[in-house]
Amino acid sequence: MKKSSLFQRLAAAPHIVWAVMFIVFPMIFVLFFAFTDADGNFSFSNITSLSQYGHVFVLSIAFALIATVVCLIIGYPLAYFMSKQSPRAQKVLMVLVMLPMWCNLLIRTYALMALLDNGGLLNSLLVSLGLEKLSIVGTNFGVILGMIYDFLPYMVLPIFTAMTKLDPKFIEASQDLGCTSWQTMTRVIMPLTASGVISGVTMVFVPSISTFYISQKLGAGKIDLVGDTIERLFQNPSTYNVGAAISLVMMVLIIISVGIMNRFSDDKQPGDAKTGKGGGIMP
Amino acid sequence: MNNEKLIELRGVSKSYDGETVLCSIDLDIHEHEFITLLGPSGCGKTTTLRIIGGFVTPDEGKVYFDGKLINEIPPHKRPVNTVFQRYALFPHLNVFENIAFGLRIKKVPEDQIREQVKEMLAMVNLRGFERRRVDSLSGGQQQRVAIARALINKPKILLLDEPLGALDLKLRKDMQVELKRMQRQTGITFIFVTHDQEEALSMSDTIVVMADGKIQQIGTPEKIYNEPENAFVADFIGESNILDGVMLEDFKVRFSGHTFECVDKDFAPKEKVDIVVRPEDVDVVAVDKGMLTGTVSSVTFKGDYYEIIVDVGGFKWMLETSDYVAPEATIGLHIEPEAIHVMKKSEYSGKFGDYSSFSDELEHLADPEEEEE
Repeated sequence: MKKSSLFQRLAAAPHIVWAVMFIVFPMIFVLFFAFTDADGNFSFSNITSLSQYGHVFVLSIAFALIATVVCLIIGYPLAYFMSKQSPRAQKVLMVLVMLPMWCNLLIRTYALMALLDNGGLLNSLLVSLGLEKLSIVGTNFGVILGMIYDFLPYMVLPIFTAMTKLDPKFIEASQDLGCTSWQTMTRVIMPLTASGVISGVTMVFVPSISTFYISQKLGAGKIDLVGDTIERLFQNPSTYNVGAAISLVMMVLIIISVGIMNRFSDDKQPGDAKTGKGGGIMP
Repeated sequence: MNNEKLIELRGVSKSYDGETVLCSIDLDIHEHEFITLLGPSGCGKTTTLRIIGGFVTPDEGKVYFDGKLINEIPPHKRPVNTVFQRYALFPHLNVFENIAFGLRIKKVPEDQIREQVKEMLAMVNLRGFERRRVDSLSGGQQQRVAIARALINKPKILLLDEPLGALDLKLRKDMQVELKRMQRQTGITFIFVTHDQEEALSMSDTIVVMADGKIQQIGTPEKIYNEPENAFVADFIGESNILDGVMLEDFKVRFSGHTFECVDKDFAPKEKVDIVVRPEDVDVVAVDKGMLTGTVSSVTFKGDYYEIIVDVGGFKWMLETSDYVAPEATIGLHIEPEAIHVMKKSEYSGKFGDYSSFSDELEHLADPEEEEE
């Protein structure tokens, strides 16, 4: 590493102060609480008590995985379709995809709940058409739907970016060498846009696994994910320590999954060497 | 060429956004032929190549392959492979997998793939490069991989889109020789696109000179150089002095205030014509022995010859001689009848051929580096 100049260090100072106060200190607190009991004595009891939350972890991981896979299945063809449009149409479609992100996540989730609720817009419509009501809010399906709805743009955008960066010469080359459209897709376009997929997967999986608001609203309080558990435990001072222990496990899980993603993007994407690291968006 | 026709273009036209890129092209391409589409940037040569490859559909006209109409056949069903301008090697595959790509699509058995890739690597002099990543290769090596990747499919025709443009001069010369060797060795028809006239002259069996979306001349390199069809071809291929002249009768032409004997005939009496004289075909002689007299305005040493600009009655000639001539000297010019080439007047008459504003630098600036996309 080159030694940075005084100016460079000064320029970084505000961020360092910020990072220490709001990232490093809280982490230390989490670590401290996770390994102490209510009286502040060192203890492993929080960690050992985590086994009773095993099913919550399994459920969270399963929901996040399903949401991520569905986002990928919807998002990849959508991004491909967008990349094939004229530049004008691309801009319009981009805005349409981005538009929900201009609205706060909590408000969006609340709006979705209002749409899908027992007395919501969808069910009123169904009833007026003489059909049966659908109960979505309060089901696993409702929660996963919320995750997909909230995080789909994070899947589409990095894949779209990777698609637009893809040199059309590669597609022509594959056609030239005898590929049908499908073979061009699987043998050339997919491998060459894998970096976008990895970014997208990371950006959907991480918030999905740690969400608490979506499961509270769209699960109607019936579905408990890791995020909800942490929130509840932190609301009661006597369970701070267990909450910190779960948070710690959660952080480790996320770090591991991001680490795996980055490994993929670094090793398998020699083609992206010029445009920086494949994954790019996540640390 | 006595060989069978492989490709026939009939009245092929193409325009983009109202701008005509190709204007009713007719072209025959034969088996085992090394044919070069030569022309400046924007002349339509790359579009012609892409029409043959199937990447562009002509607005009008017909494309035949082996006598069958192929206008609507998509690229992956044509027995044609392409070496792209910047190679377009797949960055997610190594050298072996890039070359094997076409065979894998055809589901060729693994042991045959391995054998054929090995053969191709030997042919392009890249033995032992199987496991290398393509972005770790030099430009010349990538070029060879691109050629191997196309040739392994044993196409009837190989299309090469300015393949040597990105290489330095030395490497380009080597690759010219190698491409010619590969073409002879495989017997595959090569259609080569370039704006470099020297490249075209040294490699081709047939050259197609194009400008403004039209074919200006089709012929062997010798024919194109010695008997250019019009002022554009004469100017684009090599250096030329192009003058206005009048054909007095068969074998007699008048230009620069002097009547010359020539070898051309069958023009109308007193027909106005363009005259081409190559710089190396003019002899410098004593003033009293010269057909024309001029003043030397500049002399440039070029290594094996001197390049001289001579003012003859206001028209600047370019000459190449092995003998030094002093600037400002008055000299005589002698031209043999065989050195005079008479052309019909064309839309390009009067646009080229005077060296009054000539400089190497300008020539260099005018040289198109980038072909139209």
